[in-house]
Amino acid sequence: MQDNLKSSSYQQLEQKSKYTNMFLRWFLYFVLILFASYFIFPLYVMVVTSLKTMEEIRQGTLLSWPSGLNFDSWAVAWGGRGYGAGDTFLKPYFWNSIKMVVPAVFFSTFIGAMTGYVLTKWRFKGDSWVFLFLLFGCFIPFQAILLPMARTLGALGISNSIVGLVLVHTVYGIPFTTLFFRNYYVSVPTELVKAARIDGAGFFKIFFKILLPISAPIIVVTVIWQFTQIWNDFLFGSTFSFGEAAPIQVALNNMVLSSTSVKEYNVDMASAIIAGVPTLIVYVLAGKYFIRGLTSGAVKG
Amino acid sequence: MKTLKIEDLSKNFGSTEVLKKINLEIDEGNFLVLLGPSGCGKSTLLNIIAGLETINEGNVFIDDYNVSKVEPKDRNIAMVFQSYALYPSMNVRENMIFGLKQAKTSKEKIEQQLEKVSKFLQVDQLLERKPSQLSGGQRQRVAIGRALVREPRIFLFDEPLSNLDAKLRVEMRREIKKLHQQLKTTVVYVTHDQTEAMSLGTRIAIMNHGVIQQNDTPEIIYNKPSNTFVADFIGSPSMNLIKGSLKENSGEISFTANGSNFEIPVKGYDFKDKSNLNNKEVFFGIRPEHIYFKKSNETDFEVTLRADLSEYIGHEQIMTFDYANQEVLAKFPSTIKIELAKETKLYFDLTQTSLFDAQTEERI
Repeated sequence: MQDNLKSSSYQQLEQKSKYTNMFLRWFLYFVLILFASYFIFPLYVMVVTSLKTMEEIRQGTLLSWPSGLNFDSWAVAWGGRGYGAGDTFLKPYFWNSIKMVVPAVFFSTFIGAMTGYVLTKWRFKGDSWVFLFLLFGCFIPFQAILLPMARTLGALGISNSIVGLVLVHTVYGIPFTTLFFRNYYVSVPTELVKAARIDGAGFFKIFFKILLPISAPIIVVTVIWQFTQIWNDFLFGSTFSFGEAAPIQVALNNMVLSSTSVKEYNVDMASAIIAGVPTLIVYVLAGKYFIRGLTSGAVKG
Repeated sequence: MKTLKIEDLSKNFGSTEVLKKINLEIDEGNFLVLLGPSGCGKSTLLNIIAGLETINEGNVFIDDYNVSKVEPKDRNIAMVFQSYALYPSMNVRENMIFGLKQAKTSKEKIEQQLEKVSKFLQVDQLLERKPSQLSGGQRQRVAIGRALVREPRIFLFDEPLSNLDAKLRVEMRREIKKLHQQLKTTVVYVTHDQTEAMSLGTRIAIMNHGVIQQNDTPEIIYNKPSNTFVADFIGSPSMNLIKGSLKENSGEISFTANGSNFEIPVKGYDFKDKSNLNNKEVFFGIRPEHIYFKKSNETDFEVTLRADLSEYIGHEQIMTFDYANQEVLAKFPSTIKIELAKETKLYFDLTQTSLFDAQTEERI
């Protein structure tokens, strides 16, 4: 009798906990979907608007579906309308940005790796001070260095040029890249470097043959970070370049803000998407290497 | 000619003195173990021999040649690390020949060495594997192989077994011992494990606070520790050190523990200096395994002590006795039954005792 009572009350409790769990689960999905749509909504508007004609935009609502896949505004955004003066389009500036971002990412990553290697594996007196001052570079508001940097670029004769922007982005990328690589190399056992020294490898050989091959995860992180930062930069681009040397973000701004004629929302949206696509591509291509720990098993048993 | 000689070596990190005037010599083919608690400077000493640390004072000689300022690669040494330090991006073959390639050894010689060593260590089936695909024991073997292919004058081992589990550690210990018996290369081996030290070393240098406390064969270190630190550090459980004083009575010397009422004759003891022994404050040292339950030698000295505690550990038991309010531990086979809180007759083996000056803690 007692046992029966007990088991029925357990059943009740079990039932109750089942309902509670179910409710919590549905609530969880509701919240998740809410936030997801909050993020996806602007992108939806952008894509939809870029596919509409100006006629449709004027007549329909913000959310309405386009009548068809109309890529005209994308073509205009990328290649222009073909008439001379005053026609701003993204193609040349896109290549400007590529020419700026590739060397800037390469040099800042490479120098950061080198600095991180020295700061962890070739310790010297005062190295922690060097690292501390480098860290300050991460926290400096970039507006504060615009004027001195402009003078420096002028003195070097590379103001208003891609080379100048590469230099600026490399210099201000180094604090971040160094931080990344230093923190990664700290966890690599110094015994590896000792073993390599006994084996007769020197400073550069140890870096290129031993450390760099196991740095893939942190290189990916650094490249994604640097690429996004430099590609999306507007402050340096608009300050240190104008006209034909400008990177894509500056050109995008000029295009959208030019008040010569009617606002072409479809072209504006297409331009904005084009300007944002490369960073997306980098994430998609490199994202899977993000988590992989390539040193796993090298150290412990 | 000494294979390795260390002369008045001092090393400090900032204001911390890590090594103080170390002097050490190793003959060809010896297996020297540097043993000590963590922070005693043993690993620093090994790194200095390897050339990975700089020296503040003193010199290091390999084959009578002063190598104090010579690069690690030119010292003709090889080192095995605690974490193995196998290059993660290279496979076993590349790991093992990396050093030879750096030294611009000819291709034929490299292949020959690789084949010889990998067969010898039974890693010839693993040559194409990455370190991450190896087990702990295999990694250990590859790390030793990487050291072997260089055919060094001196092998340096930095706690190579401490990353392995207990069973594998005993196996690898035997393999290192065999390896040394076959190759007869000079070895310097750092460890904090006394069993490893005793079983592997032909000589042991016990270090504490940057000073070598005793440098001798395992037998002498065990039987005639030169100070209380060594006596306490070696042996498990460690040597009983009973506080008391000596009495000299017409040439007969005896020991009386503080608060005790009987004298232990120590006339057979080999004193370094027989003068001024009367009333000297000393520690009377006897190992737990030299206290017997049955009289086995004529010279055994009978005492009656109260048993306080019994620790059963399978093949033996460790008993704690009360000796005039000082704890004395003894080790017996677990077949012997001893009642707690009762006076028990025990026998001290007086041929196996040590006496230390209570002030200087040095052997007398």
